[in-house]
Amino acid sequence: MTTFDTTLTPADLKSDISRLFLRKRLVSIALPAAVLAYLAYVFVAFDMAGLWERASLDNAKTLVSDSYSYKTHVTRDNRSGEVSVAIEGERKGAYPDGMSPEWVALGETTVIDLEDGHRVTFGPATIAYEIPGYGTVKATPSRSAGVQAELPDGDVPEWISVSKNRLAVTTEAGRLTVTRNRAEVFRYFAGWELFVFTLDSPYYGVGAGELVQRAATGEAGAILQEFWTNKMWRHKDVAWAIAETLLMAFLGTIGAGIIALPLAFLATRNFMPLRSIRFAMRRVFDLVRGVDSLIWTVVLARAFGPGPLTGALAILVTDTGTFGKIFSEALENVDQKQIEGVASTGAKPVQRYRFGVIPQITPVLLSQLLYFLESNTRSATIIGAITGGGIGLLLTQAIITQKDWEEVAYYITLIILMVMLMDWFSGWLRRRLIKGEGGNAGRRPRKPEEGGAFLLP
Amino acid sequence: MADLTAARPGIADIRQHYTAHTQRKRLYGGILLAVFVALMAAGFRTADARNAGSFADGFTRIFDYPAEVVAEAAEKAAQLPGHLVHFFPALVETLNIAAASTLAGAVLGTLLSLLATRGFAPWPVLIPVFRRISDICRAIPEIVIALVLIFVLGGGPVPAMIAIAIHTAGALGKLFSEVNENASLKPVEGLTSVGATWAQRMTLGVIPQVGPNYVSYALLRFEINIRASAILGFVGAGGIGYELKNAMSWGQGRYDEAAAIFLLLFVTIVAVDQLSGLLRDRLTHGAKA
Repeated sequence: MTTFDTTLTPADLKSDISRLFLRKRLVSIALPAAVLAYLAYVFVAFDMAGLWERASLDNAKTLVSDSYSYKTHVTRDNRSGEVSVAIEGERKGAYPDGMSPEWVALGETTVIDLEDGHRVTFGPATIAYEIPGYGTVKATPSRSAGVQAELPDGDVPEWISVSKNRLAVTTEAGRLTVTRNRAEVFRYFAGWELFVFTLDSPYYGVGAGELVQRAATGEAGAILQEFWTNKMWRHKDVAWAIAETLLMAFLGTIGAGIIALPLAFLATRNFMPLRSIRFAMRRVFDLVRGVDSLIWTVVLARAFGPGPLTGALAILVTDTGTFGKIFSEALENVDQKQIEGVASTGAKPVQRYRFGVIPQITPVLLSQLLYFLESNTRSATIIGAITGGGIGLLLTQAIITQKDWEEVAYYITLIILMVMLMDWFSGWLRRRLIKGEGGNAGRRPRKPEEGGAFLLP
Repeated sequence: MADLTAARPGIADIRQHYTAHTQRKRLYGGILLAVFVALMAAGFRTADARNAGSFADGFTRIFDYPAEVVAEAAEKAAQLPGHLVHFFPALVETLNIAAASTLAGAVLGTLLSLLATRGFAPWPVLIPVFRRISDICRAIPEIVIALVLIFVLGGGPVPAMIAIAIHTAGALGKLFSEVNENASLKPVEGLTSVGATWAQRMTLGVIPQVGPNYVSYALLRFEINIRASAILGFVGAGGIGYELKNAMSWGQGRYDEAAAIFLLLFVTIVAVDQLSGLLRDRLTHGAKA
C-alpha cells in the first residue's frame, strides 16, 4: 500500500481517502439501484401492470367464501314439479326423498325460509320471493313464454337480473335463480357440512354426547366405519394419500442414503486411491444432482406410471447425488487416528470401516437424512402433483374442479400440519440421536461453512 | 449396584458383564435393524402395489424414454441450436421467477428473522408469533400457493413468484435467525446509546455483521428456487417447465424439443450451482489473494 509511503503529503493522503469514500458511497448507491432496476425489469417482463385485468376477483371471492362455508341447493324441476334438496348440489350430499332441513317445508307449495324475513315459495305455478324492504318478486316459468317475472314498481336494482328466459336474485340471505326448466335457491352456511357423517348415514345429526354413549354400547366400530367411508370428504382416501406422501419421502430419503453411503467411499481421496474412479464417481453425483428432480420425475413417470413408487424413486435418484456429495465430504474429513487404532487391534477392513469410520460420520449422516426426510415430505407433495400420487394429486384434482374449495382448504391444512409435524419429529429425533446437539439446539451456532449444511434442498 | 458392595470383581466377571452388555446391545441393534428393514420392505411393497406400473416391469424400461429422446434429438441434431434459441426466453423467465422470488423472499426473511431474534426484536413479546409465521411459511409447499394463485390471478410467472417467495421467506427467515444469534449485540447497543431508531440499528449495526452469511444463504436459495420454478412451470406457471410439459404432451415427433429443454435446464442448473458455489466460498472464506 502506498499509504505508508513517506513521500506522501497529507493532501495526497486526503485525496486517496476521499477517493475510497467516494467508491464506497458509489457502491452503496449502485447496489440498491441495480436491484431496483432489476425489479423494474421484472415488473415489465412479468406484465405486473396487466395483472389486475387478468386477475379475477370473483374467483378470489368464491375461493375465500367457499373455503369456510357451504351452500345448500333447493331445486325445483319445473316440468315435473319435484323439489330436491342437496348440499353443494351434489348427488352425494342430497337429502333422501321426503327428508329436508328444517328451514325447507316440502309440500304442494314448498316454503323456504331464508331467515331475516326472506322467504321463497315454490307454488304450483308461480315462484315468489319475499324480500323485506323491497317487496315480492314473482316469476312464472312456462315452456312457451319463458320466465315471466313480476317485480315491484320502480327501477330494477342491480342485484336482480331479469331477462326473457331467466331471473336471478342475489341477496344477503341467499340466491334464487329461475329458468324455464328449473328454479333453484342457494342458502349459505358457515362450516364444513357433512364432514363427519353424510346424510345417508344413520348417525347424521346425532349429537356428540349421544354418539359417545352409542359408541360405548358397542356401536363404535359402525360409527368409525361411517366416518371412514364418508363419501363427501373421503377420509379413507385422504388418509391413504397422506400415507402415500409420507411413504414416498421415507422410501426415497432412506433408500438414497443406503445407496449413496457405499458409493460415497468411492469418491473420497482417503478411501479411493484410484484417481479415475474417484473422478468418475464425483461426476456421476454431479450429473444426478444436476438433472433436476423435475426431469427425473418425468423420466421415471414414463417407466413406472403414476403412483407413490414413481415419486419415491424420483426422490431417491435426486437425493443419491446430493447425499453422495455430502457423505463423501464428511468421509474426507474423518480422523485417521481412530481407524489406525481399530486397525492396530487386528481388525479386518470391514471392521475398520464399521468401528473406525462409521461412528465418526454418523452424526452428519443422521442429521442430513432427517433433514432431508422433512424437506422431502414437501417435495413428495409436489412430485405427487406431477406424477399423480399422494396428497398432491388430491389437491390438484380438487383445484381443477374449481368448486370444491372447502376440500382444497382442508387438504392445504392437512399438508401444512403434515410438514410441520415432520419438521418437529425430525428435529426431535435429531436431538435424541445426536447428543451434543441436544439442549441448546436452538441457539447452537451454525456456520455456513460447516460441511453439509450447505446443501439444503 | 450390587457389584460395589461385593468383593472386587475378577477379570472373568468383568468379561462376563462386558460380553452380556455387548450382546444386549447387539440384540437391540439387531431388532432395530430388523424392524427398519421390515418397514422398508413393507413400505416398498405398499408403494409398488399402489403404483400404476410395477417396479419389476418399469425397471427394465427406465432408459426407454431417455433413449427415445436422445435418438430423436440425434436424428434432428441440426434443429437443436434452433430449439435452444427458441426456448431461451422461457429459460430467462424461469430464472427471473427464481431471482425475483429470492430477492423478495430474502427481504421478507430478513425482516422475519430480525423480528424473531432475541436482542434485535423491537417487540420481544411477539418473537414466538414471528417464529410460527416463518415456520408456517416454510411448511407450505410452493405448489399449494401457486395452484391457488393461478386460479385467482391466471396462469403466468407472478403466481409462481409469489409462491416461491413465501416459502423462501420462511426458509431464509429460519436460517437468518440462526446467523443473527451469532451476531454481536455491541454495535446495536452503541447505536441505541446515540438514539438510533430500530431501522437504523438494524441496517447499521446488524446487517454489516451478518451480510456475507445472508448473501451466501440467499445464493444457495437461488439455486433451489431455479429448480422450484422449473417444477412450478410444469403445473402452469410459465417458464421452461411449461414448455417442457407442452413438448412432452406432443409426444413422439417432438422429442427433439424436449431434449433441447432438458439440455437447457441441465446446463443452467450446473452453471448456477458452480457459480454460486464459487461466490459462496469467497463470501464465507474471504477473497483469495
